[in-house]
Amino acid sequence: MDNILQKLLPMQPLASVEGRDNDTLMYLIHGLVLVLFVGWAIYYIVVLIKFRETKNSKAAESHVAHTVSSYVEWFVVVAEIVLLFAFSIPFWAVHQASVPEGKNIMEVKVVAQQFAWNVHYAGPDGRFGRASARFLEDNPLGLDPSDPDGKDDITTMNQVYLPVNKTVIFRLTSKDVIHSFGVPAMRVKQDIIPGMTTSAWFTPNKIGQYEIACSQLCGVGHYRMRGIINVVAQADFDQWIAQNKGIHD
Amino acid sequence: MSSEHHSAHHDHSHDDTHHQQSFWSQYVFSTDHKIIGIQYLFMSLFFLFFGFCLMLLMRWQIAYPGHPLPIIGKMFGADSMPNGVMLPEFYNQLGAMHGTIMVFLGVVPLGFAVFGNYLIPLQIGAKDMAFPRLNMFSYWSFLAGGMLMLSSFFLPNGPASNGWTSYSPLSDIAHDGQTIWLFSMAIIIISSLLSSLNFITTIFNLRAPGMTFERLPFFIWAQLITAFLLLLAFPPLEGAAFLQLCDRLLGTSFFLPTGLFVNGHIANISGGGNALLWQHLFWFLGHPEVYVIILPALGIVTEIIACNTRKSIAGFGMMRWSIIFLGFLSFVVWSHHTYLTGMGTNITAFFQTTTMIISIPSVIIVSALFITLWGGSIRFNVPMLFALAFLPMFGFGGLTGLPLGLAATDIPLHDTYYVIGHFHYVVAPGVVLGLFAGIYYWFPKATGRKMNEFLGHLHFWPTLITMNLVFFPMLIQGLMGLNRRMYDGGATYAFNHDILYWNVVISSAAWVMALAQLPFIFNFFYSMFNGEKVNSDNPWQSATLEWATPTPPGHGNFTHPITVYRDPYSYSLPGAPKDYSPQDQKEI
Repeated sequence: MDNILQKLLPMQPLASVEGRDNDTLMYLIHGLVLVLFVGWAIYYIVVLIKFRETKNSKAAESHVAHTVSSYVEWFVVVAEIVLLFAFSIPFWAVHQASVPEGKNIMEVKVVAQQFAWNVHYAGPDGRFGRASARFLEDNPLGLDPSDPDGKDDITTMNQVYLPVNKTVIFRLTSKDVIHSFGVPAMRVKQDIIPGMTTSAWFTPNKIGQYEIACSQLCGVGHYRMRGIINVVAQADFDQWIAQNKGIHD
Repeated sequence: MSSEHHSAHHDHSHDDTHHQQSFWSQYVFSTDHKIIGIQYLFMSLFFLFFGFCLMLLMRWQIAYPGHPLPIIGKMFGADSMPNGVMLPEFYNQLGAMHGTIMVFLGVVPLGFAVFGNYLIPLQIGAKDMAFPRLNMFSYWSFLAGGMLMLSSFFLPNGPASNGWTSYSPLSDIAHDGQTIWLFSMAIIIISSLLSSLNFITTIFNLRAPGMTFERLPFFIWAQLITAFLLLLAFPPLEGAAFLQLCDRLLGTSFFLPTGLFVNGHIANISGGGNALLWQHLFWFLGHPEVYVIILPALGIVTEIIACNTRKSIAGFGMMRWSIIFLGFLSFVVWSHHTYLTGMGTNITAFFQTTTMIISIPSVIIVSALFITLWGGSIRFNVPMLFALAFLPMFGFGGLTGLPLGLAATDIPLHDTYYVIGHFHYVVAPGVVLGLFAGIYYWFPKATGRKMNEFLGHLHFWPTLITMNLVFFPMLIQGLMGLNRRMYDGGATYAFNHDILYWNVVISSAAWVMALAQLPFIFNFFYSMFNGEKVNSDNPWQSATLEWATPTPPGHGNFTHPITVYRDPYSYSLPGAPKDYSPQDQKEI
């Protein structure tokens, strides 16, 4: 079944838990599009053949009764209500507008700039070092060197490491213009607006490499503002943290 | 205005003017709505073609990123295409200018200003617009704004490069091209506002006796709603353009938050502004603008379908209510363009719901046109072919808007080629084909000659096929996650590699589509002087008032006082001697 759907409606192989619901809605709404378009197209072709001038030289004086078309309109109304209230609005409430809370959740800060992703991990102590615009000329994230919380923090550029099957929340900010944190394989996209902090989250469930694509025009280098998410086993992730603590690159 | 001077075979309208006018005052600085409409026609077709050519250049870079463009590439300078290879700066400039020119200088003037100017007085039985001089001013300010926009190509750093949407802060910190963009937009908006005031006043005050609102053709209704949309939606963008200008030139920070860090330095700005404000002001115009693009074409197609099915429009009253409802609703859906800016559930729930609701009147209008066809005697002439192609293409464009209108499915699709495919389906094989239909349909009224049928077919079929080859694959690419505004067509990303071959297909189809426009361009100019003469003032046997004028109509339009007796779509009335009963004839 999944294979057939994938053929009909090609999407990136899914690599997150939450993206499943999004794909379901994607199939349903395109099913509605397909049914309506094919239905109308069949009617259209029949009408154009049946009522061409050479076959039907005199037009009817009145119109056909509207029952079928009002059924179609009501069908559209009901279908839209279902998709809206049973799928789209709940999905937004659960997956986009709120972030999950709990112990087994990891937080990563991402600071976007023209044309790179600065990634900031809290390190083994679980606390992010303080950042300030004053230090932006010294280091890309503006980390305050005097803050002890920041001593073991890890920063990377364009490389994100995540353990598989653990929910991660990205806190997104921008230094300069609007960017957008788009990860097609995770079905996640979130604009990053300077002056605001936005969030995106997902639970990766497949080990592998996935790309982050900037999805808002941010200047001449927009097309190459690419980041990599490396989803690895928990043990490998723990090892990576241990090896890199306090390293900024 | 004596009627003996007019006859169907009278070719030279300028013989009929009240007093002898010089060439300049008659054809250049004219206050006649028809001449102004034709001036707009030439300019908007020029801009449409120019904007299309920008895209043809971009499609080379998308299909073959980094490869030198053969022959033409050498003609560009080292600061745009050194050795024929396009720079990303130039690509972004072309993208921004393609969108801006197509929307604000091509499609909207063609649908609204060309057909509105030419047809509103004719279809309501008026001598001219309510404010002819203001009308002339609209045209000249449109031309000035358009020329200013084009002139920015000659700036040292080139024209604006931040998308047709000009989001802040990127546009605030961009080079001078953006300043020119803002100034010319301000002038174009003034032109649109004055036109819309003129159209509204004309439709309300200058209708012929008997021309009640119920008897107005649907095209006039469409123009009236369009004029209201422009009048109410453009001022916020005018205001926003001035605010962005202040940010750029006077050091304000309306759209600039505190603490921006640009190019390795803390930006020298006062800060405290909000980047999102621009998006809301822009899209408050931007969404009604979508209907400004669509409605005139919808009106044109309705006229042509009624005439060429020899039937009245089914559910005409329902269509009028739908278009009014559509107009109101178009002001409360704008934030479906900004779902991903960090909105909460309640706000997105509101905008998703209004977006779904606005699909209902659209479905009603399209259904009414579909039902009209049933039982008709359908004539497949060239204007009708274009009008018939409009319906399924526009319908498909509308349907592909549903996945974008739902906020959840918008997440993966936002800013991908799916969006590009969707709105181009609405605008290109939809609206543009509808506008072509209008040109073929009213050409005999404006010139006294028909456009060539064979060339019309040679224009229609390849255009329809190539448009689908261009825009359908974009939907597939978008579903696979290919982002828009990619200088290398997405080649940087591994996840795009399976779908990059579509770039070559799409670009090739676009270039063939360009060739398919040559029959039209030739037909347009050739038929103007050498086309087959029409032997009647009403060659399509239509019931609406514009065909009650001499061909072409002279200054003042009608040769006798007009009184309207019936509905605009009085075709195949029971007991009538002919299958059409003109609105101005007392007996059917």
